[in-house]
Amino acid sequence: MENFDIRKQGPNLIVWALLLTLPLWINYVSYTQLGTQIVAMALGAMALNFLLGYTGVLSFGHAAYFGLGAYGAGMTIRYLMPSTGAGIIVGTLAGMLAAMLIGPLIVRLRGVYFAMVTIAFGQVFYFIAFRWNGVTGGDDGLTNWKRMPIDLGFTTLHIESQATTFYYFVLAVFAISVGIMAFLLRSPFGRTLIAIRENERRTRFLGINVNRHIWISWVISCTFMALAGSLNALLNNFVDPRAFFWRQSGVFVIMCVMGGMRSFWGPLVGAAIFIWLQDELSSMTANWQSFVGLVFVVVVLFFPRGVLGILRRKATE
Amino acid sequence: MSFLEIDNVSKHFGSLVAVDGVSMKVEKGELRAVIGPNGAGKPTFFNLITGMLSLTKGRITLEGQDLAGVDPSQRVGLGMARTFQITEIFPDLTVRENIRIPVEIQAGLSMSPFMPKAMRAPISARVDELLEAGGLTRIANRLAGELSHGDQRATEIMMSIALKPRLLLLDEPTAGMGDDETYAVARLIRRIHKDQGLTIVLIEHDMRVVFNLADRITVLAEGRPLAEGTPQDITENATVQAAYLGGEA
Ligand SMILES: Nc1ncnc2c1ncn2[C@@H]1O[C@H](COP(=O)(O)OP(=O)(O)OP(=O)(O)O)[C@@H](O)[C@H]1O
Repeated sequence: MENFDIRKQGPNLIVWALLLTLPLWINYVSYTQLGTQIVAMALGAMALNFLLGYTGVLSFGHAAYFGLGAYGAGMTIRYLMPSTGAGIIVGTLAGMLAAMLIGPLIVRLRGVYFAMVTIAFGQVFYFIAFRWNGVTGGDDGLTNWKRMPIDLGFTTLHIESQATTFYYFVLAVFAISVGIMAFLLRSPFGRTLIAIRENERRTRFLGINVNRHIWISWVISCTFMALAGSLNALLNNFVDPRAFFWRQSGVFVIMCVMGGMRSFWGPLVGAAIFIWLQDELSSMTANWQSFVGLVFVVVVLFFPRGVLGILRRKATE
Repeated sequence: MSFLEIDNVSKHFGSLVAVDGVSMKVEKGELRAVIGPNGAGKPTFFNLITGMLSLTKGRITLEGQDLAGVDPSQRVGLGMARTFQITEIFPDLTVRENIRIPVEIQAGLSMSPFMPKAMRAPISARVDELLEAGGLTRIANRLAGELSHGDQRATEIMMSIALKPRLLLLDEPTAGMGDDETYAVARLIRRIHKDQGLTIVLIEHDMRVVFNLADRITVLAEGRPLAEGTPQDITENATVQAAYLGGEA
């Protein structure tokens, strides 16, 4: 076992302590459901950052997989079987499958071309969800379904009625997911992804099939994004085509950039700031998006490494 | 059969003939330098070997294997490692991480989602060994992007060595360096050549580097072969002096 280094483990301890105790203090600043939304969306942002921050590939179409997870969960519960677990599994696998199939078509592209094509694929799903009224509910969204209690055998989790229970359920899924991502990033495979981010040409001339590695990173990223989508849909007991819209993809990119793409927890911080601001401002002004945009611009201009990038610099000084 | 055989290769860019019927045979364990005055077509010739450019005419074989249609990254797989005129490293990672990544790749771990326990110690040992051999131990924990030119080049060379190549290709390894750095890099190249018995082909502008290092030298001028021989042969060759050495000194 490596030595326990408080300076390295400090951020992890703070994050987990805050998340685990959230239901105890959130009511002073907000409410539990908002905490649940932050955790679900943070999972999406961290999934995107696996590709963006750690492989150096900008996708502007991750909403496609967020939406597939959401619709996959909702449609499973509504049409197939009233089971939360089945909904999450089907939603996540739907996103993963789509990413596996779309991946080979796009991994040759780089930079803005990659981003554009990912948007285009996202919009295709948007129009399907929008048009296919009979099944998806079209513009009005998919209704008439809700998250179901989870029977674990020895006990039943009443996530449908108890906000705190649902929060801890979402947090558990989040913990497993980011644990897997952290583990992968510290593996030889993860280091190869970081190598691609750092210098693609050098990595290619170390004998790596860069496109194949980007494909795998893309599939991992999209799979966890779909999982986040299914959790978010379960939170709302609802999903509509905007889950697929490019603006939703942009929201995840903003969360990553605002919090800091080079920090593991950066996207979580970005998600918390974004969702909290949105919640506070939207009750005060219809123009809340302009304010969020303003905050984003300020962060990008003055803290190019995101909020956590600043904190980290302060800590090393 | 020689280790690397370059047989009458040419490269045309439209009507421009950049490399015109060059042949070269490199033996195993040899350090070969390719030189030539400005306009000789050295970069083009080099990139025909690395596969970045395709041949218009001729044939290149590595230990008998024809390299036609083998793309640059596949050539890496065949044991051809290279450095670039403008150093290509991982600037935001430490020197140790820069070395560790190719060591893990060479060990076949680039797709591995975890570090096998049995590999942990040998990988670390190999990284330390390469850092030591490259004179990088004292700066192992610094970010590669913050190093001097010479240390970055040493890092890049050791990254290539980490792949355990059969053939190392160096594209102007001392380009843009001052005297001290040039000397340090030249010493490193000589050391890895001697210690590992590695076959090396380099193209270079700096004549002192070449005459001190190379076993044999190939001189190109205007895309054509002008002379080939030991450093001494080349110094004494009147044609070369006329075309190159005389002109430059
Ligand atoms: N991709 C290319 N397309 C068209 N012409 C090229 C290309 N690459 C090189 N050339 C031309 O081929 C000729 C040889 O170029 P190259 O860069 O190999 O050597 P050079 O310029 O003679 O450099 P050095 O002095 O280092 O030998 C030059 O006239 C160059 O303009």
